[in-house]
Amino acid sequence: MAEPTIISDHDFEEKVIKATKPVLVDFWAPWCRPCQMLAPVIKDLSAEYEGKIDFAKLDVDQNPLTASQYHVMSIPTVFVFKGGKPASQLVGFKPKEELKKALDAALGS
Amino acid sequence: MAEKYDVIIIGGGPAGLSAGIYAARARLACKLIEKAALGGLIVNAEKVENYPGFADGVSGLELTELMQSQAQKFGLDTVIGEVQGLTLNDSLKTITTSAGDYDTRAVIVASGSEHNKLGVPGEEKFTGRGVSFCATCDGYFFQDKTVAVVGGGNAALAEALNLTKFASKVFVVHRRGELRATKIVQERALANPKIEFRFNTAVSAIEGGDFVKSLKLEDTENGKASTLKVDGLFVAIGFKPNTEFLKNTVPLDGAGYVITDEKMATPVPGIFAAGDVRSSSIRQVIGAAGDGAVAAIYAERYLSEPH
Repeated sequence: MAEPTIISDHDFEEKVIKATKPVLVDFWAPWCRPCQMLAPVIKDLSAEYEGKIDFAKLDVDQNPLTASQYHVMSIPTVFVFKGGKPASQLVGFKPKEELKKALDAALGS
Repeated sequence: MAEKYDVIIIGGGPAGLSAGIYAARARLACKLIEKAALGGLIVNAEKVENYPGFADGVSGLELTELMQSQAQKFGLDTVIGEVQGLTLNDSLKTITTSAGDYDTRAVIVASGSEHNKLGVPGEEKFTGRGVSFCATCDGYFFQDKTVAVVGGGNAALAEALNLTKFASKVFVVHRRGELRATKIVQERALANPKIEFRFNTAVSAIEGGDFVKSLKLEDTENGKASTLKVDGLFVAIGFKPNTEFLKNTVPLDGAGYVITDEKMATPVPGIFAAGDVRSSSIRQVIGAAGDGAVAAIYAERYLSEPH
């Protein structure tokens, strides 16, 4: 079963910016309840999109640099990066269908 | 062909989960449909202090996770899908959802409510850029900053108190002259040196560049406008019921809540409602759980009668 990769300020560049595939990054924190509700949804999607899209999660409490670089002020925030740039940003808990739209858009040309 | 059930529960918060526990334990053919994730609005509560049995309090998330595992233990089946419509064909009801259609003899509506938005210029633009609906989630991003909370109920003051852990200053902007929150919560907020109240004041616009910089305020008594410099705004101004899909089938009150009798029955035979979605709900987890149990028990009785 695929699991999102845990990433940090240190390897964000390598795992996200330089990635060849689109990457979904889940900005979260342990104290955020909607983030905990979103986690299983993201995990499901990571299995569904395995091999097509990379999935990563970044704890904003441990990694404030990346969170502030992307001006994350509300969590959960999900970014889909394509070619090292944010292709879409979803703020707050979102149902699976809405996340899939962002992922499918990133897979389109 | 739609799948056929005895009872379909719409919504997976405390009301729906409680109904699910009772219905599954009564061995009814039942299914719970949830549009996002199980738990309901209460998952955002850092601590629930008044749910009997938890003397030291319990987080909203933990409490609903316990309800979920309890319901699953009795075999409650849940599906994620958004309900789009409810139609009646004699005694059979058809529920149309994004996950498929279901035929059922009884329905328990436990779809709850969602946060009201302010509906002022800037709100949408700055959501995630200083405007938030969850202080426990986003307070962290406002360390040593100035923030405002709009609202005067329990949710608003709980948000304000939570924010004092991070922000240097918390304004509570409330359109009335007095608070609606429970006295113990009011006492805590009024005693907190970081909290400053702006009574009889409404937010008329949210302004800034890339992020929130200030609020346009209006005195609700004399209409006088003013500006308040803040880095963030937390909105806690009540709720609206999730009853769009019921509009043409079940009588709703003026605010859109479902009207029920003391058996949680709506005027439509076989359709019950429980929790925050119900007119005159007390909006407490204990009330939702109680409603869910009542609805499930009377749904079971309804099913055992000839139709």
